[in-house]
Amino acid sequence: MATLTFFGKLADVMGRERSLALPQAVSTAGALKDYLCAQDSVFAEVSAQSALRIAVNDVLADDAVAIRDEDEIAFMPPFSGG
Amino acid sequence: MIDLLSDDFDPAARLSAFTASVDGAGAIASFVGLVRDQSADARVRRLRLDYHPTLTRASIEAAAQAAARRWGLRDILVLHRVGDVQAGAPIVLAATAADHRRAAFEACDHLMDYLKTQAPFWKLEITDQGERWIEPRAQDYKDAARWRA
Repeated sequence: MATLTFFGKLADVMGRERSLALPQAVSTAGALKDYLCAQDSVFAEVSAQSALRIAVNDVLADDAVAIRDEDEIAFMPPFSGG
Repeated sequence: MIDLLSDDFDPAARLSAFTASVDGAGAIASFVGLVRDQSADARVRRLRLDYHPTLTRASIEAAAQAAARRWGLRDILVLHRVGDVQAGAPIVLAATAADHRRAAFEACDHLMDYLKTQAPFWKLEITDQGERWIEPRAQDYKDAARWRA
């Protein structure tokens, strides 16, 4: 099972953490984002509003990065500190 | 020193301790950010700062190391609140120690631009009219872009 984590407004709509058995076709971070958009209209709405950042095992990743079933994948709205 | 703080802190005391700990610097620049009590159309009660358990600190540490190399800093202090921060309370303290003032000023300015747009924090603004997640303004991204070498 992969562990998916969500931050900022995504945590409001998805919860902080979910486990997911990655479907066979979902082999990259970008494919997982597309999968979640298809599964969940609220996730799709947030994703359409602003470019989400993804981290795989605590490293910022682009959509092409490969993911496996034991990975932890974080979905993050635009950063806003200070 | 980089730290994420769950409770209120005293910027003056922390800056004073930082100043005492730096050897040989000729200049220290600092910035204190406070939670404003007004947004565009509502009175702000507090902010809630969400963060990533490992990535947030690691990102700030990497940015601080890069700034130390670029400006030849002697030391850096970044304290950033997480969790609930009341209106009027300090949310961030950034301080830079260098041999001369220009490096200290520029590095401190740069670190604040970094924190605004590139450090993994998320701000929920809680007002008397309700709650909303805040995203950086276009000006914040423009400010951050000034530092691209």
